[in-house]
Amino acid sequence: MIQTKNLVKELVDKHGCSRNNLLPILQGVVADENYLTEKAMVEVAKALDLSSAEVYGTASFYSYLFTKPVGKNVIRVCKTISCKMSGKQKIVQAIEKLLKIKMGETTRDKQFTLIESNCLGWCHKGPVMLVNDDVYSEITPEKAIDIIRDLDPKHLTDF
Amino acid sequence: MGYKGLKKVDIIFDCANCEPLEVLKKALAMTPDQIIEQIISSGLRGRGGAGFPTGLKWKLAKAEKSDVKYVICNADEGEPGTFKDREILDVVPSKVLVGMAICAYAIGAKEGFVYLRNEYNFLLKDLNPLIEKFNKNIQNLGLDFTIKMFSGSGAYICGEESALFESMEGKRGEPRNKPPYPTKIGYNGKPTVINNVETLVYCTMIIRIGVEPFKKLGTSDSRGSKVFSISGDTTKAGIYELELGIGVDEFVKEFGNGDTKAVQIGGASGFCVPRKDFKNKIIGFEGVPTGGSMMIFNSSRSMYNVLKDYLEFFAEESCGQCTPCRVGTQQLLKGIEAIKRGEKPSSYLNQLLKLTETMKVASKCGLGQSVQNSFSSIVNNFREEMIY
Ligand SMILES: Cc1cc2nc3c(=O)[nH]c(=O)nc-3n(C[C@H](O)[C@H](O)[C@H](O)COP(=O)(O)O)c2cc1C
Ligand code: SF4
Ligand code: FES
Repeated sequence: MIQTKNLVKELVDKHGCSRNNLLPILQGVVADENYLTEKAMVEVAKALDLSSAEVYGTASFYSYLFTKPVGKNVIRVCKTISCKMSGKQKIVQAIEKLLKIKMGETTRDKQFTLIESNCLGWCHKGPVMLVNDDVYSEITPEKAIDIIRDLDPKHLTDF
Repeated sequence: MGYKGLKKVDIIFDCANCEPLEVLKKALAMTPDQIIEQIISSGLRGRGGAGFPTGLKWKLAKAEKSDVKYVICNADEGEPGTFKDREILDVVPSKVLVGMAICAYAIGAKEGFVYLRNEYNFLLKDLNPLIEKFNKNIQNLGLDFTIKMFSGSGAYICGEESALFESMEGKRGEPRNKPPYPTKIGYNGKPTVINNVETLVYCTMIIRIGVEPFKKLGTSDSRGSKVFSISGDTTKAGIYELELGIGVDEFVKEFGNGDTKAVQIGGASGFCVPRKDFKNKIIGFEGVPTGGSMMIFNSSRSMYNVLKDYLEFFAEESCGQCTPCRVGTQQLLKGIEAIKRGEKPSSYLNQLLKLTETMKVASKCGLGQSVQNSFSSIVNNFREEMIY
């Protein structure tokens, strides 16, 4: 709780307290805490002199500003047509099997969330996935599995 | 119509011929009016999709009396099948920044932003230090202009200029009514020029190489060249700069793999050109306009699946602000699924076509207005595939 308060204060100091800074501040919270807790949104609202409903309403518009818990690593697989044609479904199946979760779910240990995304801007090199900010193109099911295993060297996730 | 054969061009990524800061120096030695005059006479039109004449946009912004004006580079690139802005920002980012600085000098802006889609955040590692250095360099040249980055948060609609301003102002990315246009009331309510990444690089290069080499490419309605993002059923997927005004058949001859059934030009918001029309359609503002997305489909592909993919995209990305678009996109998707399952007669397609007509006139922004493009061009050309 104190941590969240300090984090918001730091972000507000860094970006400024006008409404124009709302997105960068919320992005900063997500970068640190994976998603926007109610507490964080209330703190941000206070700091920017907005109602919390206003902050929630804005955040909920954007797909990268999670308002529900997600894992430490967010895996986004492109589902748009060019990637569909180059075999994204096999990638999804491999990841679901590896992590023992379905599309949209989070592993029990909160390490990974798997979601689908619209075109990621690498259509000539599909299938493509984004893990947090990093792009992986021309992936195969085997490559996808390696990438995810590498992110979890301590095998916190019960593969 | 000026039909052209395929011609590859090297302006955008050409580095040998371009020291970006030298180009800025050259621009600063001109008057703002001279710059705007050059951009106007080049015939350059926006490369983000809508194709508004760039020089005129700058002229309108310059004419506004305001102490505060902004230049914004639209790097929200979210149209399915487009990836050229990412490559431009990766390979020749200085040319983009110089284009912004030239614009700032021409219209009298002191602040600029690059609105980068969140999916491209990995570019920030290089862009942030580059911009820092660039800001110092231009101050040294005596230009009072500062560029900042702004990251999006994952919403296709924020590529629409007024939604982008809303988003930068810390609000939901919901498009505004137009008019007023951004050159009058843009970001923070101030006169704003917003241009696509590629448009800005062409501005830099028109100042660098002069109007004539640019203008002699293309057609009277579509001057110059453009960067295309090519994907789908092709062995040559990638990024290519081509002269505007080329025939779709020339394009298919070069990039198709012999069995091309259709080309979707301009992404989900664009048009599907079927094989029978390859010969009589040209790629350009007077023919099939495009922000650069070219998706190639072979005979084996189901155009029903293609359309369904686009409709899912629109239904997800509609901002939900206006009813024709929010409800319309969902009804279209449900409608084609019901026809496919045999729950609705094939004549229901005509009702859906009428619905897209309504969406075109009644929707508030380009998203809802352009759903008809792909819907009608796919349904009318591949009707059987929608039904059976
Ligand atoms: C739904 C929608 C999405 C758009 N997305 C983008 C985009 O990602 N990038 C872009 O440059 N323009 C996009 N545009 C067009 C912009 O509104 C605007 O016209 C453009 O940035 C102007 O720059 P230009 O004249 O250089 O093309 C979009 C328009 C609509 C209606
Ligand atoms: S047309 Fe669609 S995206 Fe545009 S304002 Fe209306 S609901 Fe939003
Ligand atoms: S379709 Fe997957 S990256 Fe564009």
